[in-house]
Amino acid sequence: MEKKHYASKRALEKGNRILVYAILIVICLIWVFPFFYLVFQSFGLNPNPKSIFPGPGNWTINNYAQLFTNKSTPFFSWWLNTFIIAFFTAALQTVLVLMTAYALSRLRFTGRQALMKLILILGMFPGFLGMLVIYYILKLLNLNTSIYSLILVYAASSMMSYYIAKGFFDTISKSLDEAVLIDGGTKNTVFWRVILPLSKPIIIYTILVSFTGPWGDFMFGKYIAISGGLQVNEFTVAVGLQYLTGFDEYYGVFCAGAVMVSIPITALFFWLQRYYVEGIAGGAVKG
Amino acid sequence: MTTIRYLSLSKPERALVSIGRFFKGIGIGIAHFFKKIPSAMLKVGYAISKPFRTLFDAFKNGTWFTRLNFLFMGFSQLLHHEIFRGILYLAYEGVFIWFLIKIGISNLSKLGTLGTFSPTSQYIGDVAEGTLVSIAGDSSFTILLYSLVTILFIIILVVLWYFSIRDAKSLQDNIAIGKNSKNTDFLKELVDKKYHKLLLAIPLVGLVAFTVIPIIFMIIVGFTNYDGRAHADLFDWVGFDNYHNLFAGFTSNGSNIIGEVFWQVLGWTLLWALIATFTNYFLGMIVALLINKKGIKLKKLWRTILILTIAVPQFVSLLLINRMLTPGGFLTRLFVQWNWIPANTSPFDSVILARALIIIVNMWVGVPYTMLICSGILMNIPEDLYESARIDGASTFKMYTSITLPYMLFITLPYLISQFVGNINNFNIIYLLSAGAPKFKGNIPTFYGEVGQTDLLITWIYKMSMEGDDKSYAVACVLGILIFLVIAVISLIFYGRSSSVKNEEDFQ
Repeated sequence: MEKKHYASKRALEKGNRILVYAILIVICLIWVFPFFYLVFQSFGLNPNPKSIFPGPGNWTINNYAQLFTNKSTPFFSWWLNTFIIAFFTAALQTVLVLMTAYALSRLRFTGRQALMKLILILGMFPGFLGMLVIYYILKLLNLNTSIYSLILVYAASSMMSYYIAKGFFDTISKSLDEAVLIDGGTKNTVFWRVILPLSKPIIIYTILVSFTGPWGDFMFGKYIAISGGLQVNEFTVAVGLQYLTGFDEYYGVFCAGAVMVSIPITALFFWLQRYYVEGIAGGAVKG
Repeated sequence: MTTIRYLSLSKPERALVSIGRFFKGIGIGIAHFFKKIPSAMLKVGYAISKPFRTLFDAFKNGTWFTRLNFLFMGFSQLLHHEIFRGILYLAYEGVFIWFLIKIGISNLSKLGTLGTFSPTSQYIGDVAEGTLVSIAGDSSFTILLYSLVTILFIIILVVLWYFSIRDAKSLQDNIAIGKNSKNTDFLKELVDKKYHKLLLAIPLVGLVAFTVIPIIFMIIVGFTNYDGRAHADLFDWVGFDNYHNLFAGFTSNGSNIIGEVFWQVLGWTLLWALIATFTNYFLGMIVALLINKKGIKLKKLWRTILILTIAVPQFVSLLLINRMLTPGGFLTRLFVQWNWIPANTSPFDSVILARALIIIVNMWVGVPYTMLICSGILMNIPEDLYESARIDGASTFKMYTSITLPYMLFITLPYLISQFVGNINNFNIIYLLSAGAPKFKGNIPTFYGEVGQTDLLITWIYKMSMEGDDKSYAVACVLGILIFLVIAVISLIFYGRSSSVKNEEDFQ
């Protein structure tokens, strides 16, 4: 009797597990589907949104060829522009975010709480209403006719995204700081010798987030591109792809471009996934 | 009432008692508030008068070096071995005076009218032979922006001026007791006691120039009739007209269509934020639970597949899904086959379907994030909680509702709130997916943008201020301020209460 009870329980658990696997497979299929759709479309001869697969005999790499050779879709310069912007944004933003987060997490000074509240409040305003003014400020600095001014715009907003890094720093024990200070170190030493070496996940997380940001942001880039009267080859990838969606005949090229953008970023995510997860889990929610 | 007495009551009675306590609490709270007013006023008065007393003291008891600081900021510091500080003070004063003469005064004087000359072209000499010269007129935009910057400069000057005098006085006092300072002290302090100044200086400049000034500008523009077109145009102050039109502006036939649209859009924005936040949260948690379930293999693979959606730029995947949902798209054809919608229409023609689709697609976008966060926390729940529950014979569902859910809710409350706020301002998904369709019925002035029934306040603002020929930047700014008020109220209610904010120091 006893034995049978266990056996049925084991069977139940097995059934359960199969059910879970089934659900997970369905979920994953749903989540991956749009990417396969994208890839298939990018290889279609006359890509159209009506069917998922290009019909037999309709497979082609023409879209990719056009993407790189056609003068009106200068994908390579878009890619290069975005890479340069993303690289410098990541460098600047990471430094500024870590500086802000350290100051707000570890140092105690008058106005600290007020500053945190101010940043919280500033984050509640719809940012793009400020685009007009930001553009004007860029114009005063004579930067409005270059897409690289985006670096300045992205880096300037670094302070707004201190939150996750601060959450991470908060979890590092303060007794370490005290040990350094007692031994005659300064707060500068604490930052470089204690906090930074312990913060690899959050540093990589910040780099990853600030590096991938410019690849997807089309709003501000588009505003500068239009207002500053930029040439097509001065666009970023996001602005360029957004520009391609305006032409029906470039649909296949758009898909090919989207695949080419996604590949390096996806690879980056796969490579640094562990840190991304650790960063989010450690910083977003203090446990 | 004693605890024993309270415990002996039945449930409805207990509820009544707690309601009674609640109202009593409010009464006591209000009484306390009024009791505190006199002492609070005294404190505030003391705090306000402190700078003036310091200034007066510095002038009365100061040496001539200290007194000269009233005119030349940093003068006393320069002469008393605090060269760096002195130079910084003096340099700011110099920059300030240069800015005021070059730009500040002329713009500030036009602030009241926002400029009166519009740009014109004029012939020099004979009309037939002379050359056409354009004469730059006033630009209200420039006047407003420069005035704002000037006022900011003045405020900074006043604060620095006060600090320089206060510093000079304490310097004098220190010298009087034989404590001389060294030039290098300033640098040493910067990497230790005043390290925050070194760290925050650059980020703060960025924040002020590219976030604070634009936002203040935006708030001010809400009181003008600026339409958002060319920078060289003139516009005027209109007071509260924009607010008035939004809430009580009636058209000639007696209806207030913009008011109605506003309330509907606001209602949908809040409904959307609520549903989107909770569907994402619970679905993400369920997926995380499934992946982390004991005995499930390939955990990393499942997680990686879901992370894929984070890696691909959001606007690409959203534009793609939008393609599938166009009248010829294959999802639309499926819907037609299933008789959900009539042939040759778009799924975004029906309000309910459009809203449902947006929420579903949002789950597709957002669940991986929640899954990641929840996985991290789920692994931290002490296993012995489940162990003891299992010994007591609790079912899986019971364990979920009594252990997992409360634990998760407690820890992720700040995250939930920030998600809610983020969803109120979730621009991408609406703009790229439905672009607000279907449109509202009735004649909405083009001035207000092509607002639709799935538009959130944020996308409406975008349409109003950035799209089309007939723009209304000023009204968009008013809407932006209203969004801010809604979000601020919600966050203040929840944010201050969440334990991780309250007990910040406990975590370290």
